[in-house]
Amino acid sequence: MGGGELPGLLVNEIGGVRGILHGHVAFLKKHFYLITMKEFLENRKHLSKKVQAIYLWWHKPIIDQELLQSLPNLKVIANSGVGMDHLDLKLVASFGVKMANAPRAVSSSTADTGMALLLASARRLVEGYHIAMSSGAERQEADFLGVEVTGATLGIIGMGSIGYKIALRAKAFEMNILYHNRTRRKEHEERAVGATYCEKIDHLLQQADFVMVVVSLTPQTHKLIGKRELELMKPTATLINISRGAVVDQEALVTALQTGVIRAAALDVTSPEPLPRDHALLKLKNVIITPHLGIKTDKATYLITEEAVENILAALNGLPMPSEVLPS
Amino acid sequence: RPTIDRELLESLPNLKVVGNSGVGVDHLDLKMISNFGVKVTNTPRAVADPTADIGMALMLASARRLLEGCQIAVSPDTKYFAVDWLGVEVTRATLGIIGMGSIGYKVAQRARAFDMRILYHNRNRRRKEEEEAVGAHYCEKMEDLLQQSDFVMLVVNLTPETHKLIGKKELGLMKPTATLINISRGAVVDQDALVEALQNKVIRAAALDVTYPEPLPRDHPLLKLNNVIITPHIGTATVQALRMMAEEAIANILAVLNGQPIPSEVL
Repeated sequence: MGGGELPGLLVNEIGGVRGILHGHVAFLKKHFYLITMKEFLENRKHLSKKVQAIYLWWHKPIIDQELLQSLPNLKVIANSGVGMDHLDLKLVASFGVKMANAPRAVSSSTADTGMALLLASARRLVEGYHIAMSSGAERQEADFLGVEVTGATLGIIGMGSIGYKIALRAKAFEMNILYHNRTRRKEHEERAVGATYCEKIDHLLQQADFVMVVVSLTPQTHKLIGKRELELMKPTATLINISRGAVVDQEALVTALQTGVIRAAALDVTSPEPLPRDHALLKLKNVIITPHLGIKTDKATYLITEEAVENILAALNGLPMPSEVLPS
Repeated sequence: RPTIDRELLESLPNLKVVGNSGVGVDHLDLKMISNFGVKVTNTPRAVADPTADIGMALMLASARRLLEGCQIAVSPDTKYFAVDWLGVEVTRATLGIIGMGSIGYKVAQRARAFDMRILYHNRNRRRKEEEEAVGAHYCEKMEDLLQQSDFVMLVVNLTPETHKLIGKKELGLMKPTATLINISRGAVVDQDALVEALQNKVIRAAALDVTYPEPLPRDHPLLKLNNVIITPHIGTATVQALRMMAEEAIANILAVLNGQPIPSEVL
């Protein structure tokens, strides 16, 4: 490392449909010497020692043993988002590399996405839009009814910072809020949003008009919502998933939606993304699927990059990182 | 429906009350009905919550490009989800509410939970406690609200004063990044001016639960724009709301017929 040289930051690509947003590049270049994977692969010998940090943008580049071995001076990997299920945390830690996610930046935008999907599904916005906008459509006013959101019961599965922000928003719609979480929230936190703890997920599923899934994907939450859970839900209930596709048993969901076991579903996440074009979920009328809107706003994406840079600089300077993720 | 005209009123000698389902009465000739000694009632309580909910639904759907997103998610041509495909943030944005009656106030209550900065414009200013409860700032001049808002929501009654309230001038005052949401009546907006504003990106987008007429002719330019969401007047289209409107209308009708105080008479 030459004197005064900025630390090398490895990114997958810049621009295009998958890469680091162009609007973020100037900010990154203020702090780092940017190296794309393409540049790295073309010039390994020269660049491998320069890389001190990696900024994972939508889960890329893929962090495997080979990559970690080829970067002797790598100190930290920062993730653009809060989910870390795409990383082998133990493997990374074994190389002495620190990891960080971006929880602050994502929580409000993801909560907004959850509420947007809940409202759109309840009020049948997508169907209504097609009736209003399409040519030659009959207006079937009398039988076009949605279900009420105000005063309904919302069951939140996963009451981390995103789940809690959903509770704050739902409270303003006078929703009755139930929640299920590994650990119970403090009493004053529950009171602030009027949330009732359901130690057993079954109680939440049986009472909720809307079930919102907001957990991390872990081995414990894989297929958390399956045939049994869907059958416990009311036939008038709606499932909203803003966590990870794999938290829901998709085959069981298709069956439940086809047979009226639940009223509808709204999914911002699926497994995989996107679904194969012939997947049954794409054909059902009582499903809304959105292309992982989660944090896709101008402000949120910029905040994510800022949060990642904050973590990286802290790690490189030997300071406490704002959102370090340890292998548990 | 049914249409209340002179012929109908003349043929019903014992008619005492027209109980309207819904809150808007712009489709009724109130003077003419009154001349026949017939009272008119509406259902303001039943409509307020579902209409406020639709306002929020449209604001979120437009901001986050939900409908475009749905099309991408199911399109046979979709091979990946582009990461540079972005919407605009709702949390902490500025919402300008034009018309702060009971529906407008409920919108403010909901928007506050999204940490939105709330401005409002109304014929009358609300009480200080009411403003403070939702963190709303009064804009005596509608122009000030239009210039500062990221989202402008129309929640007024349709009256001669609010007809074409939002025209070319008002749209020109809005930010080019702003979104117009209309849950009041189509005629509150100058639709031709809106088409032009959307085509020329004078504003970012619009979301309309109401148009003039409803439905729009199938060749109307609003239907061709990709920065417009239109829904078929579903402000109160929920199972529960329909039942509550019927209950409220019946309660009003019975009150009139029994000579009791009328919950929501329209004068």
